[in-house]
Amino acid sequence: MLPHGAVCKPGQSRLNKTGSWREFRPNVAFNNCNGCGICESYCPDSCILIKDSVSIVDYDYCKGCGICAEECPKDAIMMEKEVK
Amino acid sequence: MNGFNKENLLASGHRACPGCGAAIGVRQILKATGRDVIVVSATGCVETFTSPYGQSAWEVPWIHSLFENSAPIASGVSAALEVLSKETKVVVISGDGATFDIGFGGLSGMFERNSDVTYICYDNEAYMNTGVQRSGATPYCASTTTTPVGQYSIGKLENKKDMPAIAMAHGIEYVATTSIAYPNDLMKKVTKAINIKGSKYIQIHTPCCIGWGFDPSKTIKIAKLAVETGLVPIFEKEKGKSLVSKRINKKVPVKEYLLSQGRFSHLFKEEEREKIINEIQLLCDKNIEIFNI
Repeated sequence: MLPHGAVCKPGQSRLNKTGSWREFRPNVAFNNCNGCGICESYCPDSCILIKDSVSIVDYDYCKGCGICAEECPKDAIMMEKEVK
Repeated sequence: MNGFNKENLLASGHRACPGCGAAIGVRQILKATGRDVIVVSATGCVETFTSPYGQSAWEVPWIHSLFENSAPIASGVSAALEVLSKETKVVVISGDGATFDIGFGGLSGMFERNSDVTYICYDNEAYMNTGVQRSGATPYCASTTTTPVGQYSIGKLENKKDMPAIAMAHGIEYVATTSIAYPNDLMKKVTKAINIKGSKYIQIHTPCCIGWGFDPSKTIKIAKLAVETGLVPIFEKEKGKSLVSKRINKKVPVKEYLLSQGRFSHLFKEEEREKIINEIQLLCDKNIEIFNI
């Protein structure tokens, strides 16, 4: 797997889709979201992108920790039970 | 303003627990450093969750040192870069176990040499990676697996080791404390530090939901509470300048912080133990006075 001893290419962790860990998923209400970016700065898993002034969640990797929902100043994010 | 959409240099897919404070810390640090950095990490949570075999989460050059020598290794990297006349910054990102305890001597040596390194300690207040054993950073009365609460035990008996004071005592260029709850403060301090020549020490308070006993969604709330009680003072000290601290807008009684975490729950189960809360409140009051927060 690693060509030179223990030297690894960057960002290979993306092969591991941690979205499967989730029990709750964050749903962003675009009407209430003003793209402030607070959720993006606090997401431990680099799963949030602010695009066109709204928060977009990357569900391939989101572990459902709920920090984004907890910290949103507009209460625009709700944690809902994940349906697998 | 809070650096959103700055390049994400910590890739998704890493193995940190959901809600990990240290992961938030690393992301914020890397937003401030940008790509032109070499990071050295000692063994610990960050090292482990960012580097399962063949699946590194780092988007910048990164070295895993031994547990006790991230500071000396970083000194060596810095020396090599100087020989090569390269401007690339050297940043250590190691945990409290590696910094306060096993790496203490090596760190002191690095400070003695005034190596051109920004040493950043993410402080989750125990050896979390190996299952919550106490470290020098574990606060008074916290329950850990090696300071377990029992009929006769109130948890850790010793006070939290004052690493920022020890760093300042070495007379290094810059010492600061910060918290993941205040990303702008954190990024400003990291940016400032990496642009100073010589040794710099930054300690970042990074709550751990598993080790401290709280719901993963509350990581930032608890990080804020820690600062608002005065238990975790936020300040910076540049060599030759006065210490500047972050004032608390509304002081919160430490009881609220202690109530929020499982590791302090024993303080609320017996009347005898409630007196200890007053002791901890005195620690906060002392900080508020000393640091003028």
